Amino acid sequence: MNIAFYIAAAISIFSTVMVITRFNIMHALLYLIVSLLSVAVIFYLYGAPFMAALEVIIYAGAIMVLIIFFVMMLNLGPETTRNEKQWLKPGMWMLPALLCLILLIELAYLIAQNKAPATGITPVAPKEVGRSLFGPYILAVELSAMLLMAGIVGAYHLGRQKKKILHRFFESNAS
Amino acid sequence: MNIHPTTAGMTLAGILFVLGLISILIRRNMIFMLLSVEIMLNAAGLAFIVASSHWAQPDGQVMFMFILSMAAAEVSVGLALILQLYHQLKSLDSDEASRMRG
Repeated sequence: MNIAFYIAAAISIFSTVMVITRFNIMHALLYLIVSLLSVAVIFYLYGAPFMAALEVIIYAGAIMVLIIFFVMMLNLGPETTRNEKQWLKPGMWMLPALLCLILLIELAYLIAQNKAPATGITPVAPKEVGRSLFGPYILAVELSAMLLMAGIVGAYHLGRQKKKILHRFFESNAS
Repeated sequence: MNIHPTTAGMTLAGILFVLGLISILIRRNMIFMLLSVEIMLNAAGLAFIVASSHWAQPDGQVMFMFILSMAAAEVSVGLALILQLYHQLKSLDSDEASRMRG
């Protein structure tokens, strides 16, 4: 476990440092996805495989795609294609792809090894998590459902384009 | 290299959290500040997972799932707020005075 943990930790720290030192938001997002994937590998090492899957699906999948769509939506215009060409230089995506490849090799090695986790780590099965989630934590589950509902409603309300026209009369007068 | 796994995981979580904190302090671009909040939430989740494996209890993983749902809600509302601010200010700087080219 040790060497696998150190490789994943080094990749996560390096990619996080690359996130906070980039000037271009797309490059930063690329490195942030690598950082989240390496943290998912660390979750797998610590005996939480279901949480590793959730990290990949929700964090690196849903949330990052949301932010990428948002960034794409903000800078519309003729310079978008030029930016796109500039962002897709091989030197820019080569390093995150290499880090992802290292993580993939490490994960495949860990799965193929199929050994008990290192000393001091006791894996917690997803079954116990689910039993605890819908046993003593049922109130918190309801609260987080309400939080997500509030998030949806708030995002819809804030993201709506406000109409400047007060009445139909002003609209017909203005045009 | 004979560090206890809990110590190593907690140290990594602390390093990631401090990196996110540094990023939110030095950046002026609002999307970057949102990203650093994501980094800090992720570090907190890592700390919960490490604690869960240390005590062999599922509570830490339950807390990680709550952190995950909270991060999703926070990102959606935060992005909508940034969109409104961008329409108002025509800029993503958190303060208009300093230009950090971020």
